[in-house]
Amino acid sequence: MNDSLKHTPLHEEHVALGARMVPFAGYEMPVQYAGIIEEHQAVRSSAGVFDVCHMGEFRVFGFGAYDFLQSLLTNDLDKIRDVGEAQYTLLCDEDGGIVDDLIVYHSGDLEYLIVVNAANRQTDWDLLSTRCTADVEMVDESDRTGLIALQGPRAISVLRELAGAAFELPARFAIVEARLDTIPVLVARTGYTGEDGVELFCHVGRAADLWRALLSFPEVTPCGLGARDTLRLEMGYRLHGLDIDRGVDPLSAGLGWAVSLSKGDFLGREAIARIAQKGPDRRLVGIQLKDGIARPGYSLLHAGNEVGKVASGTYSPTLKVGIATGYVPAALAAPGTELEVVVRKKTVTATVEKLPFVTDTSLSAAQA
Amino acid sequence: MYPSDLKYDKEHEWVRLEGDVVTIGITHFAQDQLGEVVYVDLPSEGDDATAGETFGEIESVKSVSELYSPVTGEIVAVNSGLEDAPEAVNEDPYGEGWMIKVKLSDPTEVDVLLSSEDYEAFVTSEA
Repeated sequence: MNDSLKHTPLHEEHVALGARMVPFAGYEMPVQYAGIIEEHQAVRSSAGVFDVCHMGEFRVFGFGAYDFLQSLLTNDLDKIRDVGEAQYTLLCDEDGGIVDDLIVYHSGDLEYLIVVNAANRQTDWDLLSTRCTADVEMVDESDRTGLIALQGPRAISVLRELAGAAFELPARFAIVEARLDTIPVLVARTGYTGEDGVELFCHVGRAADLWRALLSFPEVTPCGLGARDTLRLEMGYRLHGLDIDRGVDPLSAGLGWAVSLSKGDFLGREAIARIAQKGPDRRLVGIQLKDGIARPGYSLLHAGNEVGKVASGTYSPTLKVGIATGYVPAALAAPGTELEVVVRKKTVTATVEKLPFVTDTSLSAAQA
Repeated sequence: MYPSDLKYDKEHEWVRLEGDVVTIGITHFAQDQLGEVVYVDLPSEGDDATAGETFGEIESVKSVSELYSPVTGEIVAVNSGLEDAPEAVNEDPYGEGWMIKVKLSDPTEVDVLLSSEDYEAFVTSEA
């Protein structure tokens, strides 16, 4: 394994569990332990834990913090006016290209915690920190912050048991301070699997203790990046680097709900407003294959002509078919549209599907 | 893990010789490296297999790999059971997980393949 790769504070735990390790975003990360499908099903039916310590965390605070973030991120911070609320949002460039997708937590008075993709940590930091005004302070907390996701229909009962009787469960997309066993944590009711669950922030020095405490429950399975990817794609959650990047705008990516054109000016607003006026030429759609598995980069055809490429593509352990995303001309974006995917030597029939691919989860049940 | 009555190649296929027909599959090592197999694309009966060339593809959740034929000849049987139960490749790689049967053009071709000891030594050096 490449020596220049960084380790998360849970590296020794992964090795002890027999994980298969792969390079990801500059880190050596577990791709699977027992097997991707087994881990996937554990999260859909019980609970799983994921090491996401590689994600970046920036703390942004000061009297100017609100104005600063409101002028840079696409979503409207007024929707999370109360301390403890959080939202999914985007950081775009002047052309409306998506630099990163992130979650901003209103973690305290005059203070926000933002969680960014590991691969974009430096880019995001440079873009944000160079625009800091005198009344804003930004701190990169990534190297001292551990992050573990606990996801699945039984995640909340495990959390309650560790947190004790006085613990008040945060609502979806809310964050609270708590102690799990003796470990001080921030509990965020967020995730990337489509199941109910939380993401737990702690000091790196306690991450292994927290990991072991969670795995002491027999209903909790350690899960790698492989299952994380199949789980998120079943839900249609975008992955930066595959589904979205600087080459696409939020509206084409179907993320218009995370953009507020009415909140006032922000980085990329003009470009996005222009696209909103005429409507995007291309749209990201969900695609379900009749046969075989689509992989990123495979050609999408309509009536024999290439109309796009597969962005994300994998096998869905829940539906037991190949599922994918891809950008197609807006006229071909309606669910039910017949496409073809060139799976190496074969051309396979596929259909545009409404996202998410999988609708019956503990999260959909909790929100119903 | 590597039955001694089989012969192996460095692309991690095994062959079982019966008369002038060999049964071909992938090894325990190969299935373990791939992870859970979810799709196997095999040729048709009557197609030709050529030593060193691909005869099909195998997919796990994360990846696609080519299947290489260790021998040359006519494909006389294909394991159609893998269409509905590709996991047999993981669960029983030397039994239910077999892939094709090839009638050898030259039965001595099998002699140059690796013994189980040699294959195991090769796998150990790869790991």
